Amino acid sequence: MSRKLTLWLAAGLISAAALSGCAGQTSEDGANQAQEEEGFNPRGQILALSCASCHGTDGESVGIIPGFFGKSSTYLENALLDFKNERRYSTVMGRHAKGYSDDEIKLIAEYFGWVSQQTTSN
Amino acid sequence: MSQKFTRREFGKLFAAGAAGSALGAFSGVKPLFAQEKRVVVIGGGFGGASAAKYIRKLDKSIAVTLVEPASTFYTCPFSNWVMGGLKEMKDIAQTFDVLKSKYQVEVIHDTATEIDPANNSVKLQGGKTLAYDRLIVSPGIDFNYEAIEGYSEEAANNQMPHAYKAGPQTELITKQLKEMKAGENVLICPPGNPFRCPPGPYERASLIAHYLKKNKPGSKVIVLDAKEKFSKQGLFTKGWDKLYSDVIEWRAGSMGGKVMSVDPAAMTVETEFGSEKGGVVNIIPPQRAGKIAVDAGLTDASGWCPVNPITFESTIHPGIHVIGDACIAGKMPKSGFAASSQGKVTAAGVIRLMQGKVPAPPSLVNTCYSLVGPGYGISVAAVYKLTSDGIVGIKGAGGLTPMDADDDQLTEEATYARGWYNNITQDIWG
Ligand SMILES: Cc1cc2nc3c(=O)[nH]c(=O)nc-3n(C[C@H](O)[C@H](O)[C@H](O)COP(=O)(O)OP(=O)(O)OC[C@H]3O[C@@H](n4cnc5c(N)ncnc54)[C@H](O)[C@@H]3O)c2cc1C
Repeated sequence: MSRKLTLWLAAGLISAAALSGCAGQTSEDGANQAQEEEGFNPRGQILALSCASCHGTDGESVGIIPGFFGKSSTYLENALLDFKNERRYSTVMGRHAKGYSDDEIKLIAEYFGWVSQQTTSN
Repeated sequence: MSQKFTRREFGKLFAAGAAGSALGAFSGVKPLFAQEKRVVVIGGGFGGASAAKYIRKLDKSIAVTLVEPASTFYTCPFSNWVMGGLKEMKDIAQTFDVLKSKYQVEVIHDTATEIDPANNSVKLQGGKTLAYDRLIVSPGIDFNYEAIEGYSEEAANNQMPHAYKAGPQTELITKQLKEMKAGENVLICPPGNPFRCPPGPYERASLIAHYLKKNKPGSKVIVLDAKEKFSKQGLFTKGWDKLYSDVIEWRAGSMGGKVMSVDPAAMTVETEFGSEKGGVVNIIPPQRAGKIAVDAGLTDASGWCPVNPITFESTIHPGIHVIGDACIAGKMPKSGFAASSQGKVTAAGVIRLMQGKVPAPPSLVNTCYSLVGPGYGISVAAVYKLTSDGIVGIKGAGGLTPMDADDDQLTEEATYARGWYNNITQDIWG
């Protein structure tokens, strides 16, 4: 599979198409199906995992950078949109938030909203 | 497995909620259908420990074995702060206790000596052989000592440390800085690209200059660079002008910066423009992927490991994922943040592959904070996605601390650098 993928990538096709070709399904279908089975959207998870490097695992900060564990997805979505659109001051956060579409921001917010709702956070 | 079953068939199996037992019916198909799925991770640094923790955090049904020789891992991030007298070795020490106790990662303190991709197994120096369903390799870097005439591992361990793997090398250079005479110079000699932590040598120059200013009047840092320009150059240069105007001198490769050879006994460095003597000489040699990756044939002619950018699976040996400094990750720099981001993307991808599902397209992030002085921080950030050109930074996002940032913002960034260290180390080892 990986060799095929590489060939596809080299041929200039991008991930979604390559994946749908190799697994008989678009990654979006896969994402929706997984969400039904697992309660979270895998795309949201992938987008959200890197946040922890500055904000702590699941957004539980142990340092001076603000944590966000326990915040609702609506709160998180609005906060991210405010950083992205420079309605809220930041040193670095605005630079990150600009890297995501509004839809991706929603997915990230939903993922952390879901994580916070799980009784065992880890 | 997607060769044997369509995704739809798998979907049915999983939807039936009988994944384990139903899959057991196909037990003739090895090894992915074995009762217990096992991932072996080589290297407990930024990439490997992240992958190990996140696989266990996100899917408890997968067993994870982490192979790492050191029982205490000293982070390179903040090791420059130790040299500058701002931190101690204990502040950059990480252990594997939480990975073992909370995440039930089986940690074996040993060195992997051989990978057998055909039989899905790894041999350890201590004699054990480990079987894996998938292998994640994050061995960091090794040095091309031979690229600099006169330099060697022995010279690094005795006279001219590279201090580019943290631990005894950090202690050696810190001790040398304490012991050098006031008025002697510190030579820092960074390599050409690509190398681990592009802003690392320049943060080091800054914090050593901070130390010299306080403790060694008359001493200077001279950076003899193989390159013509370097990471965050504008911001560093501005900070140096402000804080260390007479203390740091940077020479570009074509301006006598390129090191031709060294004489460790004499503590001299030969450049095209002549010889320089240092009280402390820090040689940062060119690098390649860690030895085990080279030995296992995971590297290409560049000395680094080509990977599929969705799951970081090797394009040479399927079933083996390479992350961190050792891999070729498109436009991502070789940083601890990047290695950890790759570790998590790989963890999520490996889980989905083992569940017979399609991995989500990757989203990766990097932020590199550098400290110019105790209250003077700068950063570069990027968000990465996969395009037909591979992994690239998203335009319009990321970027540098603004050149016109005021003192408050620079102080804030220095504070956030400390906050970042606390959280990333907690996110990986805590
Ligand atoms: C001075 C300096 C400052 C830095 N500052 C920053 C910073 O501020 N921010 C940042 O993001 N990055 C920073 N970095 C970069 C960062 O340290 C690396 O990019 C990061 O460590 C890479 O992670 P890795 O997992 O690839 O390798 P490592 O973290 O080096 O981990 C590799 C591990 O693999 C183990 N290993 C190797 N071979 C084997 C084997 N055969 N068997 C078992 N185990 C093995 C090693 O013992 C090691 O523990 C800095 C680097 C330096 C040198």
